[in-house]
Amino acid sequence: MGADQFNLGLLADPGRFTEKLDIAGCDPAKLASQLRMMLLIRRVEERIGDGLVSGAIACPCHLGIGQEAVAVGVSEHLRNTDRVFGAHRSHSHFLALGGEPYALLAEVLGKADGCSRGMGGSMHLYGDAHGFKGSVPIVAGTVALAVGAALAARKDGKGDVAVAYFGDGAAEEGVVHESLNLAAAFKLPVLFVCENNLFSSHLHISLRQPADRVGRYGDTHRIPTETVDGNDVAAVSAASGRFIGQMRKGGGPAFLEAVTYRWRGHVGPREDNDVGVNRDADLVKWKDRDPIRRLLDAMIDAGILDQSGYALMGNAVTEQVADAWARAEAAEFPPASALLDLVYAESS
Amino acid sequence: MARHNYGSAIREAFVYLLDTHPEVFVIGQGLWAKWYVGNSMTDLDKIYGTDRIMDSPVSELACTGAAVGASLCGYRPVVVHPRVDFMLYAMDAIVNQAAKWSHMVGGQAHPAVTIRGIVNRGGEQGAQHSQALHSWFAHVPGLRVVMPATALDARDLLISAVLCDDPVIYIDDRWLYDLEEDLPPVIERPLEREGPHVVREGRDVTLVGASYSTQQCLLAARALGEAGVSAEVVDLRVLNPLDATCIVESVRKTGLLCVVDGGWRTCGMAGEIIARAVESLPPSALKASPVRLTLPDAPAPSSAPLENAYYTTERQVVEAVLGLVASKKNAGKQAGKKAS
Repeated sequence: MGADQFNLGLLADPGRFTEKLDIAGCDPAKLASQLRMMLLIRRVEERIGDGLVSGAIACPCHLGIGQEAVAVGVSEHLRNTDRVFGAHRSHSHFLALGGEPYALLAEVLGKADGCSRGMGGSMHLYGDAHGFKGSVPIVAGTVALAVGAALAARKDGKGDVAVAYFGDGAAEEGVVHESLNLAAAFKLPVLFVCENNLFSSHLHISLRQPADRVGRYGDTHRIPTETVDGNDVAAVSAASGRFIGQMRKGGGPAFLEAVTYRWRGHVGPREDNDVGVNRDADLVKWKDRDPIRRLLDAMIDAGILDQSGYALMGNAVTEQVADAWARAEAAEFPPASALLDLVYAESS
Repeated sequence: MARHNYGSAIREAFVYLLDTHPEVFVIGQGLWAKWYVGNSMTDLDKIYGTDRIMDSPVSELACTGAAVGASLCGYRPVVVHPRVDFMLYAMDAIVNQAAKWSHMVGGQAHPAVTIRGIVNRGGEQGAQHSQALHSWFAHVPGLRVVMPATALDARDLLISAVLCDDPVIYIDDRWLYDLEEDLPPVIERPLEREGPHVVREGRDVTLVGASYSTQQCLLAARALGEAGVSAEVVDLRVLNPLDATCIVESVRKTGLLCVVDGGWRTCGMAGEIIARAVESLPPSALKASPVRLTLPDAPAPSSAPLENAYYTTERQVVEAVLGLVASKKNAGKQAGKKAS
């Protein structure tokens, strides 16, 4: 695909990889659940985008519309006792593990039923019941935490793994390199998942790094590394499945770079044109590389799904999200006591 | 009772924790070396194994962050930073992550991590090997900040810190390592119930210190006693969250307050202690303006004469208190004149 140690090559070329996915050998039931989950993530994030536009949601929200395949492909290999950490753009990570749309929507509305009890908003998500240990907006802030969670998993000796989601911008933070080194030196079961969407805020990777393949950092720390089309859920799933399987059997860290693209701006509901980023031409092409449409085309082509089946699925998802949103809007805010009562585990 | 010095008392705490709490492990630089951390961890790696006493790469941030991560997965890690100065690399894990985690996830998870920073100054080590930054850490809600002044507290507050579900900054001082004491058997005490306490009773003036400066206050109090001044000494022990009740009550009794702190003056712990006393007492309770003895607002120098001028001495504490007592007497005389 033209990729080498330093360069993504065609993987970063807008307009490539727009054809239907290669799903040969994939389990149809699994494909249907991948499609439904990607659709759910997209509808929830679109709902959040609408809430930002209407003013119902005030907290900063970083939408990952267009990037759904990464979290969905990785999460299908994870179990509730694994330990997953996210970043500022983590709605998909939370939902793909099984987090409730209602809990996410209530959280971005600042409600007590939110996944973080209304104390975190979009940028601080928590879903321990599904293995989601937390997400924070400090760039690369949880990468070392995931390494520590992997250390805990190794001590537990039950084959659990940790996952650190971060972006290409995080690769410019020193702690990522400390974390890669520590995980490699101690052989800890952590999957580093770099969602390389080519942008950090408004800056293209070519303006920030001497090369656009972030996986080169995995290579240099002697960590098994794969760079895949992040808009191909089958490719993400296959690579992460291999890596996670090895880690469960006692293997050390692995690095998965998923090349993708976000359709909306760095933060908020708009498509970036409001912050001086001119990417209109590229965005149109990247929308053709839509991870949902490519899977759908493949499933229809393979006779696994037809248009009416897809419409039914879409309607059910839309209804689910609308219902969750209505309930979240009606939910209560946290009590005033939460302000001081949650600073420490035990009050002095 | 067993005789220990401050350094070996810290080691006793580790022995107790590693023996009785399998979820405890230690990570940091120099843990397998003989000189990094004095006698406070000697041979622990040989007794408990290198899986529980983990010497680490030179990565303060990743190691501290990893400890925070492990603490969210059922472990009670202790991160050791042999000098507080190097711990500044780890500020994101400490201040952004550990301190805020409980609050920002709605109290559903608590990073039960202890971050041990060692103050190791003097000896012409200069600006980047000498810092005492407890006031910084005490400024951050969510962190508990502990500074033991005695061998007993060095052991017991470390145990309380590690068994506490909150992130704790535990700061010990190499200048105290030779301080000896007979230690009774360990009793686990919840950290949230520990706080400042009176370590020497007196009538005339309240001295407040933390860690090494508490020992300075005790030495000064002895000298003041010989000069006929009865000094009460309060040892801060837990700097955040700060329960200043016993300080306020002591000052209500003595009317005079002198705070001695091993950190800088501006925005420092000494200023906070004075503010707590002043805002909690009626103006008439203070017989003279409170005094603080701190480091000057300058980085630590290297050259010996400058270094000698940099650190507060017991003699300076005595003189400051005698000055306080004198100004109280003068104020009394003035009031007497006005009354007549």
